[in-house]
Amino acid sequence: MVVKEIGTPEAARFRQDINRRIAGQVEKCYQCGKCSAGCPIANEMDLMPNQVIRLVQIGLKDKATHCRSIWLCAGCVTCTTRCPQEVEIASVMEAVRHVAIEEGVEPPPEVRHTATFTEVFLRSVRRHGRIFEPGMVMGFNLRSCQPMKDAEKGPKMFLKGKLNLLPHRVKDRGPVRRIFQRLVPKL
Amino acid sequence: MKYAYFPGCSLEGTAKDFGESARAVCQALGIEIQDVPDWVCCGATPGHAYDEALGVALSVRTMLNAKRVSNSMMVLCAACYNRAKMSNHAMKTRPEIRAKVETAVGEPYAGDVEVVHLLEVLDRQYGLENLKKKIVRPLTGLKVACYYGCLLVRPPKIMQFDDPENPTIMERILATTGVELVEDWSHKVECCGAAFAMARTDVVVRCVNDILKSAEAAGADALVVACPLCQANCDMRQGEANQAFGEHHDLPVVYFTQLLGLALGLSPHQVGLQRPMISTGGLLEKLHVGA
Ligand code: SF4
Ligand code: SF4
Repeated sequence: MVVKEIGTPEAARFRQDINRRIAGQVEKCYQCGKCSAGCPIANEMDLMPNQVIRLVQIGLKDKATHCRSIWLCAGCVTCTTRCPQEVEIASVMEAVRHVAIEEGVEPPPEVRHTATFTEVFLRSVRRHGRIFEPGMVMGFNLRSCQPMKDAEKGPKMFLKGKLNLLPHRVKDRGPVRRIFQRLVPKL
Repeated sequence: MKYAYFPGCSLEGTAKDFGESARAVCQALGIEIQDVPDWVCCGATPGHAYDEALGVALSVRTMLNAKRVSNSMMVLCAACYNRAKMSNHAMKTRPEIRAKVETAVGEPYAGDVEVVHLLEVLDRQYGLENLKKKIVRPLTGLKVACYYGCLLVRPPKIMQFDDPENPTIMERILATTGVELVEDWSHKVECCGAAFAMARTDVVVRCVNDILKSAEAAGADALVVACPLCQANCDMRQGEANQAFGEHHDLPVVYFTQLLGLALGLSPHQVGLQRPMISTGGLLEKLHVGA
């Protein structure tokens, strides 16, 4: 698809950056709204998925990287599966979030916990090479200032044999550490 | 043929019942599996949500280790399966991601380990006719809804698993057990809220409530799943859904391997049917199986 540039160079740069990250073309979207119609999280979003695509098309980077929706997208890929224009909407939501993370954009307060969860989860992987669920849940509860969240579930799960009290670590933690150091040193 | 088996973190923790029933089913059917040596977490949603190359690199590390056992890696967890296939695809089609990942893992990798799910092995390799011959305890009298969620079927171009809007592979396999299957229900491939279980529990409770209502309306005695996240969310959040929406959910949520194992003659304990939060006692009673 040939694109005629009409916006500012900055706007074009943002759009092209997202296109590169998704290995696709957001320009193909003709705003039918099908992606938003099937989105399971649309209820909680401030911008509908098709609106996020529109912001990327016209290169409004600040608006796109500051919305709640990019942190609320569950990555269910329903939108991408159904798009008549084969736009990779789920990848766009993720790519805009990556830009926000790389540029240190603070997620809006209503969705702060989703970013916190991601970080706590990944730090657990960095440390053990595998997820240590109870440790991760406690870490999340502390960092999100809700120490008693789901506390009643712990003992029940323990009785059902679904909780490990000690982490199952990988034997050689070097390779995992190296992956984190090389790719996400700031985490 | 021998498969390198990647259990993943959940199957050794909160989804222990999936792990133990999957191993028991493979053993009962003579499907040879050997654990991937020193496998690592696939990063699940947070991995790629945070950084694309990070998500790919974690799966690639495990697939490189899998090669020491076999070039075919069997995965049960829907998230690990999805991430492994997505990572292979990225290594094949995205040179800049591949370059970053190869530096981070310190080895070349061309995305060439074949990733298969036990459902695919049963359907395509083992064969439904052969499976039928192994059924010793028919599950007649029980009606179940097969719930697939997101990760096994989407994105369909890369997963190439089954029809993305109406998959039927679990139904085909469970049909060999004589269980009655809900034909039409609306939420087969809807999202359960997935990784928001902790961060936005309200979203998960809403999604789960809709899924359960749809399955109950279709007359299901249980929900059958192939994903640890679907199981955890649908099983553990029923109380909260009842409170928030004034419902009366009490629907057991079990893994397909648990039902299949039962039909293959394994005991409820061998397939971990005592582990779900919503009791499976009623199901076993319907089947006249003593716990
Ligand atoms: S479904 Fe595709 S074409 Fe339609 S609005 Fe969404 S991205 Fe645009
Ligand atoms: S991937 Fe994100 S935007 Fe797309 S349907 Fe799912 S939650 Fe909505």
